[in-house]
Amino acid sequence: QVEQVKLLDRFSTSNKSLTGTLYLTATHLLFIDSSQRETWILHHHIAAVEKLPLTTSGCPLVIQCKNFRIVHFVVPRERDCHDIYNSLLQLSRTAKYEELYAFSYNPKQNESEQVKGWQLIDLAEEYKRMGVPNAYWQLSDANRDYKICETYPRELYVPRTASKPIIVGSSKFRSKGRFPVLSYYHKNKEAAICRCSQPLSGFSARCLEDEHMLQAISKANPSNRYMYVMDTRPKLNAMANRAAGKGYENEDNYSNIRFQFVGIENIHVMRSSLQKLLEVSGTRGLSVNDFLSGLENSGWLRHIKAVLDAAVFLARAIAVESASVLVHCSDGWDRTSQVCSLGALLLDSYYRTIKGFMVLIEKDWISFGHKFSDRCCQLDGDPKEISPVFTQFLESVWNLTEQFPQAFEYNEAFLLQIHEHVHSCQFGNFLGNCQKEREELKLKEKTYSLWPFLLAEQKKYQNPLYNPDFCPELTLLEPNTVSFNFKFWRNMYHQFDRSMHPRQSVFSLIMNTSEQNKQLEEDIKELEAKIKQRNGQSDVVLVKEHEQTAHPAPVALKTPPCFQKEQPPMPVNDAVRTIEGSNTADNRYSELVSEFSKAEPAVVSLEYGVARMTC
Amino acid sequence: MEFAELIKTPRADNVVLHRPFHQAVEGTLCLTGHHLIFSSRRNDNAEELWLLHSNIDSIEKRFVGSLGTIVIKCKDLRIIQLDIPGMEECLNIASSIEALSTLDSVTLMYPFFYRPMFEVVEDGWCSFQLEQEFEFLCSMTNEWRLSYVNKEFSVCPSYPPAVIVPKSIDDEALRKVALFRQGGRFPVLSYYHKKNGMVMMRSSQPLTGTNGRRCKEDEKLINATLRTGRRGFVIDTRPLGVAQQARAKGGGFEQEVHYPQWRRIHKYIERFNILQESLIKLVEACNDQSHNMDRWLSKLEASNWLTHVKELLTTACLAAQCIDREGASVLVHGSEGTDSTLQVTSLAQIILDPRCRTIRGFESLVVREWLQAGHPFQQRCAQSAYSNSKQKWEAPVFLLFLECVWQIHRQFPCSFEFNEQFLIMLFEHAYASQFGTFLGNNENERAKLKLPQKTMSLWSWVNRTEELGRFQNPIYEANSLVIWPSVAPQSLQLWEGVFLRWNRPSKFLEEAEEERIRIIKYNKALQAKVNALRRQLAEMETDEAAQ
Repeated sequence: QVEQVKLLDRFSTSNKSLTGTLYLTATHLLFIDSSQRETWILHHHIAAVEKLPLTTSGCPLVIQCKNFRIVHFVVPRERDCHDIYNSLLQLSRTAKYEELYAFSYNPKQNESEQVKGWQLIDLAEEYKRMGVPNAYWQLSDANRDYKICETYPRELYVPRTASKPIIVGSSKFRSKGRFPVLSYYHKNKEAAICRCSQPLSGFSARCLEDEHMLQAISKANPSNRYMYVMDTRPKLNAMANRAAGKGYENEDNYSNIRFQFVGIENIHVMRSSLQKLLEVSGTRGLSVNDFLSGLENSGWLRHIKAVLDAAVFLARAIAVESASVLVHCSDGWDRTSQVCSLGALLLDSYYRTIKGFMVLIEKDWISFGHKFSDRCCQLDGDPKEISPVFTQFLESVWNLTEQFPQAFEYNEAFLLQIHEHVHSCQFGNFLGNCQKEREELKLKEKTYSLWPFLLAEQKKYQNPLYNPDFCPELTLLEPNTVSFNFKFWRNMYHQFDRSMHPRQSVFSLIMNTSEQNKQLEEDIKELEAKIKQRNGQSDVVLVKEHEQTAHPAPVALKTPPCFQKEQPPMPVNDAVRTIEGSNTADNRYSELVSEFSKAEPAVVSLEYGVARMTC
Repeated sequence: MEFAELIKTPRADNVVLHRPFHQAVEGTLCLTGHHLIFSSRRNDNAEELWLLHSNIDSIEKRFVGSLGTIVIKCKDLRIIQLDIPGMEECLNIASSIEALSTLDSVTLMYPFFYRPMFEVVEDGWCSFQLEQEFEFLCSMTNEWRLSYVNKEFSVCPSYPPAVIVPKSIDDEALRKVALFRQGGRFPVLSYYHKKNGMVMMRSSQPLTGTNGRRCKEDEKLINATLRTGRRGFVIDTRPLGVAQQARAKGGGFEQEVHYPQWRRIHKYIERFNILQESLIKLVEACNDQSHNMDRWLSKLEASNWLTHVKELLTTACLAAQCIDREGASVLVHGSEGTDSTLQVTSLAQIILDPRCRTIRGFESLVVREWLQAGHPFQQRCAQSAYSNSKQKWEAPVFLLFLECVWQIHRQFPCSFEFNEQFLIMLFEHAYASQFGTFLGNNENERAKLKLPQKTMSLWSWVNRTEELGRFQNPIYEANSLVIWPSVAPQSLQLWEGVFLRWNRPSKFLEEAEEERIRIIKYNKALQAKVNALRRQLAEMETDEAAQ
């Protein structure tokens, strides 16, 4: 516990700050300011801690979080600062899974609730929903004991004609044994999205079993005789891989395939792209042109567009041409997961529902072994393995929700909350790198699943504009991917920088109104029932005590949900119709005048109170 | 001149109309003196497109065999293409359109011919008189007076006949001050801040010249707005260097020695061709259906449009801050005081004054701070983003102002009585309209053209209940506070409603907006019903109690 710590506003140029006390708990860093407002920071969320050179007011400490929060403390004494710095460094770097928050987090659920929570998402059920097994596709037990591929789930769906020797042979010809398996099956078109890793083709190697495998996939689609093979990497990268004995499919060796590169960059490019983006958006006193050129130089939106373009290509191949598509990148767990899941999201409206989105993430990301632990740096490990692949997926989905405001059951807060928990290590879902690892960690016994918690508070995540009939079940969502459609996701990258957001939110207003409408409908029913009842007994003279309706003010709007779950650590949105005049000091145009007022002590700058009017 | 002389081919059949995100339609094209009319009656949902010739910014023609194609680019930024069979017809039509869309004489413009199909309830020409505004001012302070020194437009040709000035300054002094300010635009009241009695004045630059001329009456006039012992701020919309250079041409700025009670702040707001080029580049970038992200971002950057937005908003916030937070009076001017000055004073009022965020209040603001204040609409809005003429006086000054209002609107979506459509409508009418409101460059010209007698006012049309519904913001909740927008680049957005309006499919966005409105309306209906039922129930209860 350190007192008299100052919390500086990241973008304000005036040196205004909040003074308060900093506490360090086993799991969180807590700052309570003089007006008792709490800021909670989970240790696992801390991406970097930095001590800046000593200033006259104390020792500055900058903490960068994985959810893009950046806090800037000034600790009065250097020793304290050093202690906090060291403790945070230790606490934010966990060496063993068992030390992660999920293993100590106790949401007061009993065992059966815990078990039920983990059963909420059932992938076998999901494949059944898609329509497999069927005449062409079956469940394979080849990987039941993780013998063929350690990073795949136990249950895999393959074409009926793909026999075990073909599977085994094909897996030996694929990087990390990740042979082609079913990811999504489109009932109406009888076409499939399959996924795998790159072939170990080198410059000329072939594998008959692998060729058979692809043929089996192609034959499993009665409506089209050719299939696409999408290599999601840039051609140059794929070619470079040939020198290492890996590479891509040679169209001559595989019958009826159409091979296509789509050019999504690798995890290292993405990592440094995000780094650049954050550097730009974190600059104080940024000019419009520096922002735009920084955005351009970071390449971030270009990458998001590439991912979405690939997904559109995939979805069109299936919906328009009825062709099956095999997707891979290098290891088939990053770009492949992005493209397969987004493709399915465009094809199938189920994934645009809250439950369906959970299923999608469980299927294409968790079960197929996207390395969440490495990519999100859950344990202290190789920094070169960190990459915002999943963040890009969420951002692509957000872009779609912007273009199709009525097509999604969930809202932006849902995406942000998932992002929060992918990094929080508070729930077991995203721990580890693959299913095998998760089983070894006994996550289902020792930790809780995130999904039931999200489902329990799904009101917060519902899109009030959602129209379930927006597009019939299996019709393609066709986004416009012209560049100007892609925007900087301010609510993600500046989620915690309050001064940048609109002071009044149409979204939360609509959300609350829609919520209120439901309540009013209930009220009307209740009142009508009462009136009917009274009409019925109007003859009977009875002086009942004056029944004041149970809810005196059902119209009062509730405070909109905070994005955070457990503790409400931040003041995200104020009450819906909170009308404020905001603060000039938040904005940079204050500079000039404050200079003048310094020279002129007679002019006292009035502190502007935030007035609230709740309707 | 007869329009018929200009129309060699008044009608062409089997013309195909192409618009982005619409299917091509075949139909008949007709040219009238003021309109290009396209109608397709083939299918049941007969479609008609009426385009004012004055809305046409540029036209291009090309031929493939005997099939001619005309590409029409409009001032509201839309682009349409017409395929016209027959080379002669096509050439005739193209040259007619060209001639009709570039008529020289104002009196040939459509507003002089337009006959409204609606009943005029309130004559918009008389809706916003300065006298009413002055009456309102008098309810708060008695330090000001209405001066008719400019009744004959002789003191300042670009000012209206009536202006509000400090009570202590007589008309004789005003005449002298007018000689000291460019174009005779002496300092007048723009806004009175009720909360603390501070004011915003506007003028043109003082004509100090290189030898530092001074004018005692000018000093007295602007000092009359200060409280004893308080200072004021002069916000000069030019950087210091430009203001200094202006002295060589007879212009200049208020020097400290002669205006010791005033602090000068220099900002930089772009004007004229730089602004026009910025718009042209922006629109070009938006029309590029490019899949190259880097190109889009660098074009957006190179247009500098959002930089201008940010600069203007920042300056307006600064002016508002001086008044509201520093408790100081402000004088705003650039050179002529007809462009950037008006942008700043009107935006500052949007920030400070809740009245300006209502529909009527905003209309009044446009009338006072733009039309009556002598923003030369006819010059500035002669051409838009597709023009090739590159005249120095063409500039999207008003559009930039509307864009800034939109940016504030986006950040405070519940604080405005009007919606985005209202702003877009004003943009359209400033460039091409059936109404006379935006014709002419100042009140003097409007009086000479007898616009109030010969044309219909835009406000007569807009303020009818039938039209107002389209422009009302369903989530409006009067907000009496000052609203400070964020000017961080991350908080500013491209105004898609104007710049991407014709370039992207908007069906889903429109449907979503309808759904939002439905939810709000449904809420009101439900609340009313609940209240009615409660009342009914309460009545029954009292009846029973009485029994």
